Amino acid sequence: MNIIYVLLSISVVVAIVFFIAFIISVKRGQYDDTYTPSVRMLFEDEVIDSKENSKITDK
Amino acid sequence: MKLCYHCGEACKSDSLVFDEKDFCCNGCKTVYEILSSNDLDYYYALDNRPGISPKTQLGKFDFLKNDEIVEKLLEFKSKEVCIVNLLIPEIHCSSCIWVLENLSKLHPGIKTSQVNFPEKTLRIHFSAEKITFSQLVELLCKLGYEPYISLSDSDKKEKNIDRSLIYKLGVAGFAFGNIMFLSFPEYFEVKEFWLDQFKYVFRWLMFAFSLPVVFYSASTYFISAFKGLKSGILNIDVPIALGITVLFLRSTFEVVFDLGTGFFDSLSGLVFFLLLGRFFQQKTYSYLSFERDYKSYFPIGITRINHPNTQNQNEEQVEVYKLRKGDKILIRNNELIPVDAKLLEGDALIDYSFVTGEAVPVSIKKADKIYAGGKQTAGLLQVEVLKPVEQSYLTQLWNNEVFDKNFKGSFQDLTNKISGYFTKAILSISILATIAWYFIDPSMMPKVFTAVLIIACPCALALAAPFTLGNLLRIFGQHKFYLKEANIIEKMANIDAVVFDKTGTLTSTKRNIITYEGDLLSEEEKSLLNSTLRASNHPLSRSLYEILEQNDIKTLDYFTEEVGKGMAASANRNSIKIGAFKYVAENNELEQDVLNQTAVHISTNNHYKGRYILKNEYRENVTQLFKELGQNKQLFVLSGDNDGERKSLEKLLPLSTKMSFNQKPQDKLQFIKKLQEEGKSVMMIGDGLNDAGALKQSDVGVVISENINVFSPACDAILDASVFGKIGQFFSLANSGHRIIKFSFLLSLFYNLIGLGFAVTGHLSPIVAAILMPLSSISIVAFTTVSSQYSAKRILKKDAKNIQYQAELNYQ
Repeated sequence: MNIIYVLLSISVVVAIVFFIAFIISVKRGQYDDTYTPSVRMLFEDEVIDSKENSKITDK
Repeated sequence: MKLCYHCGEACKSDSLVFDEKDFCCNGCKTVYEILSSNDLDYYYALDNRPGISPKTQLGKFDFLKNDEIVEKLLEFKSKEVCIVNLLIPEIHCSSCIWVLENLSKLHPGIKTSQVNFPEKTLRIHFSAEKITFSQLVELLCKLGYEPYISLSDSDKKEKNIDRSLIYKLGVAGFAFGNIMFLSFPEYFEVKEFWLDQFKYVFRWLMFAFSLPVVFYSASTYFISAFKGLKSGILNIDVPIALGITVLFLRSTFEVVFDLGTGFFDSLSGLVFFLLLGRFFQQKTYSYLSFERDYKSYFPIGITRINHPNTQNQNEEQVEVYKLRKGDKILIRNNELIPVDAKLLEGDALIDYSFVTGEAVPVSIKKADKIYAGGKQTAGLLQVEVLKPVEQSYLTQLWNNEVFDKNFKGSFQDLTNKISGYFTKAILSISILATIAWYFIDPSMMPKVFTAVLIIACPCALALAAPFTLGNLLRIFGQHKFYLKEANIIEKMANIDAVVFDKTGTLTSTKRNIITYEGDLLSEEEKSLLNSTLRASNHPLSRSLYEILEQNDIKTLDYFTEEVGKGMAASANRNSIKIGAFKYVAENNELEQDVLNQTAVHISTNNHYKGRYILKNEYRENVTQLFKELGQNKQLFVLSGDNDGERKSLEKLLPLSTKMSFNQKPQDKLQFIKKLQEEGKSVMMIGDGLNDAGALKQSDVGVVISENINVFSPACDAILDASVFGKIGQFFSLANSGHRIIKFSFLLSLFYNLIGLGFAVTGHLSPIVAAILMPLSSISIVAFTTVSSQYSAKRILKKDAKNIQYQAELNYQ
């Protein structure tokens, strides 16, 4: 049953890793603006599309 | 009617057609050209007609050519890259985000740009070698996204966002979850070999997890309790801090001496819930600012004319702060005048709406004084500085001690009022119970003493206000009433005097009513009047012209306009004079209160005919609102204007309303102060910079605004002008919030009594605490949320029905 020490330490370490990830993400300001990224996410492909289209018409 | 492809405004008869699309003006067409030639026409696909018509005046941002000013605006500067964060009030849709984030396609000097939509800011990385800052701003203006750059930007300190609450909440939540897992096995008091074997590891781990909770997450409560005790107040944080301390000490004691599991789970849960309450209460409207002073209005740079009337006369862009008495400066059309000045040259037509809320511009004669805060609306001006920025008539107001410090500290909210009694009661119960146990079983004494303090920790009590108020704050926001902080709702519930500003607050700034008084005009005279008005650029004549029926326009034989006086014209041997009374009818006399009105006087063939009187229309529901508020509050109207409107106000408002006229900004502040000294809780509702002192002095300062993105003076709350009539409803919702808090106090006291039952009898086991504490907290949260939603629905729905009813009545 001494395996419980290993399991415990793994679970604590995993928890702490996630906790640190949370702190870092807050520190970098990822939660400062929670709206714009949701809009920005939808653009990306379209930009490339319109570019390609215009290249085709150029030819 | 054709709509502009870019901005969606209706095109006038002369719409521009380009690329088979209609445009209302050249500006819009240019934006389209720029975007389409750079493969950015996806802008128009994202949203229908998303654009903003560019309206920037040429030369408005000339001051950005001064490196000293630019230096202050940049966040970071090096040879390769500069970073700047610009506020762009026009950001309103996803197309805006898209085009602004693709700025790099428009100019190679721009590296990246990122929009923060809620704050309406754009962060740009650019290379100063390829594009100067003023070119960058020019580009933005060309696209219609004019950045807002004001004096307050230039002296801002490094802005540090305070994220400590999120960290504390994160730590507490993290520890709470882990401790719950670890304490779970011991909840079921089973005797089992392995459980006994490992319980020490579990306990010490729990102890370790609780350390950051007590010493970091809960530090706010210790500090606040300490401060409270130091100033002799038993605030709500005192019993909380006491509870946390006792919880921690007793649990540690139990673990160290192998007496039990301790209450680490309840401890971390308690702190987590408390912080959650704080977090919920902290709703901010980041795009609104409640802390503005005159600096946010004023431009940061201005054009100074050096060495006037000499050979080396030149223009220089200087910071506003560097203006000295006697300097000659240039004011362009639509520019704000930052200092008190004397008019030297040009047609001055000053719009003081920023300051007073009065929308009709005032014309000023040569050598007369122009006050800071006015906006020039009729072309180029040359003025001489009379006083530097800080000493101008308007800005002097900010030297008042009210603006010095946050002196609104005297307000004691309901929670803290009750916590004094609560703490005393808890302490006496715990001592009495301990004494009682002395006679029964002295060994139980410390256990009972600590158990009482633990279970009585007023978690639910402390959560009642944050959740009710936080919820109401959001509901108010949905109804366009934006509060700076949640505790303003509690202050609102205590208000017993409401002071209104007149111009811009009771009157709407947009619409004007025009009535005619005097002899009727013949058809001939009417057409002459129209033709003359048509030729003038004065705003009063323009708005009059638009309202009057347009019958046949004549060619004028003669036309002349004198700034600040009026105009004269003639056609077909008839002559007409339009303008100020003195100019129009030199020999006639009029009563003073007629002269006080804003009016356009008319005389034909040197014979005085009559006047068109322009009145600011009072907002709808003014009468109804005053009646509603007057039931339990004293009402006052303060106005900076003369008392020309007294009679019409008396007709509109209940008799009990007290009115004062000719109030200077300083007088308004004193007025509020006097009311407060009489023991009243005062709400000030105003709009302009001249109300700034009164707003600050009052217990709750509300700014009414036609457009919340436009800047308003420092205040506690911003009210969208469209919901002006709802103020009464907001008051009753604040009151019902107050009642909800009281109810939840009763509820939490009930939980405390149950808990005390366990504690006093010596039966408080960790599992009872672990169940009772979250249960009470969660039920309080549920109760406050549901009941505040319900009462909001009830109060504001009633209002919707009322409006409908009113509309039907009006229709009949």
